[in-house]
Amino acid sequence: MEEVKLFGYWVSPFCRSVEIALKIKGIQYEYIEEDLTNKSPQLLQYNPVYKKIPVLLHNGKPIAESMVILEYIDETWKNNPILPKDPFEKARARFWANFVDQKCFPALWKTIWSTSEQYEQNKAEALERLKVLENELGGKRFFGGDSIGMVDIVANFIGFSFRTIQEALKLDVFTEDNFPKLWEWAENFVNCSPVKKCLPPQDKLIANFPPAYMGKTLVSSFQSRLQLPPPGGC
Amino acid sequence: MDGEVILLDAYASMFGMRLRIALAEKGVKYEYREENLPKKSPFLFQMNPIHKKVPVLIHNGKPICESLIALQYIDEVWHDKNPLLPSDPYKRAQARLWADFVDQKVHTLGRKTWSAKGEEQEAAKKEFIEALKVLEGELGEKPYFGGEEFGYVDVALIPFYSWFHAYETCGNFKIGTQCPKFVAWTKRSMQRESVSKSLADPEKVYDFFLILKKHFGVE
Repeated sequence: MEEVKLFGYWVSPFCRSVEIALKIKGIQYEYIEEDLTNKSPQLLQYNPVYKKIPVLLHNGKPIAESMVILEYIDETWKNNPILPKDPFEKARARFWANFVDQKCFPALWKTIWSTSEQYEQNKAEALERLKVLENELGGKRFFGGDSIGMVDIVANFIGFSFRTIQEALKLDVFTEDNFPKLWEWAENFVNCSPVKKCLPPQDKLIANFPPAYMGKTLVSSFQSRLQLPPPGGC
Repeated sequence: MDGEVILLDAYASMFGMRLRIALAEKGVKYEYREENLPKKSPFLFQMNPIHKKVPVLIHNGKPICESLIALQYIDEVWHDKNPLLPSDPYKRAQARLWADFVDQKVHTLGRKTWSAKGEEQEAAKKEFIEALKVLEGELGEKPYFGGEEFGYVDVALIPFYSWFHAYETCGNFKIGTQCPKFVAWTKRSMQRESVSKSLADPEKVYDFFLILKKHFGVE
């Protein structure tokens, strides 16, 4: 009997990645919501190095860091693979997943936290990154081809949460006019069955997300990961 | 057989050294091409248009960028000899986690020990030693991070040893005295031909480092 648990936080796109992968593979799991202002002893025990979510617990063994967890899931449950078999195509997928994680996400995140003085510069950087991504997508339905793969999963923030937040904050970073292919990808992505089951409710996202309402600890934990300046009153 | 393998690299790059070690471990014949950093060639821009960085592994004309991704590629293609990653998924996950730790902590903090100033530099030096101590804890009594065999994490980490002289000189601190277990592991790793032949000479690394410092305008 497999025992799978996921320690997560509802708004974290890194947790979202893991949940989408688990849903794609049809794995039953117990989800445990962490209070990031008061982390549980189990979380600190299972991830002593970084003390962060997500942490996957499989038959009592903990795995941390969302990209490491995705690879683990793909290697442990062989159905519905999220990475290609061919070593070169696999390397390509890893490269682009890395690009989304290390370059796109921080750039988009910065636009949300921008002061009015910083916005145009941060927006320019985000637009550059999205353009690279749009070029990589090309004519494909998904980054993974006909079905969603690791790159699509890691890009879940772009597909869903970012568009919801930017609309609420009246930002104009990711638009259908500027990025028609990526916009179509996002529409297809959020309508995929495994993804649909994992998305946080839109109204909860909007109600809880605007920077003014973010808890200080959550802000600092995101900041320390991304080494960003503090939001709002920068 | 092996096909055409080219490594676009720079002598002092710790990331390039990772791939040199892995290719040597696997006995792969390849052509080494040196980039004259900080100047970058049009060929590099063509092979790595997104990040414009070394190393780039080019196998039968196809480029693979990012050292840990290329490391896994080498391990998967030449899987018959000296496997670097274990076969068990959980052990593979742990290896990936620790290699990522090397990038997130050892590299980032190591860089700060020379690029930061004043209090920030002092904090970076302290955290750098702490990171090495965490790695010492992970190593435990094992001869290598890979266990009995030299593995993925060992390959990811050992190149940074060639930069310690530069960090110590610029940061005015001693690393070895504070991390004896780590030093013992470096000596053990250096006994492997793949490592001793691939690691850059610390004095030459220091010379390159001074050029880099000037290029980035750090005094």
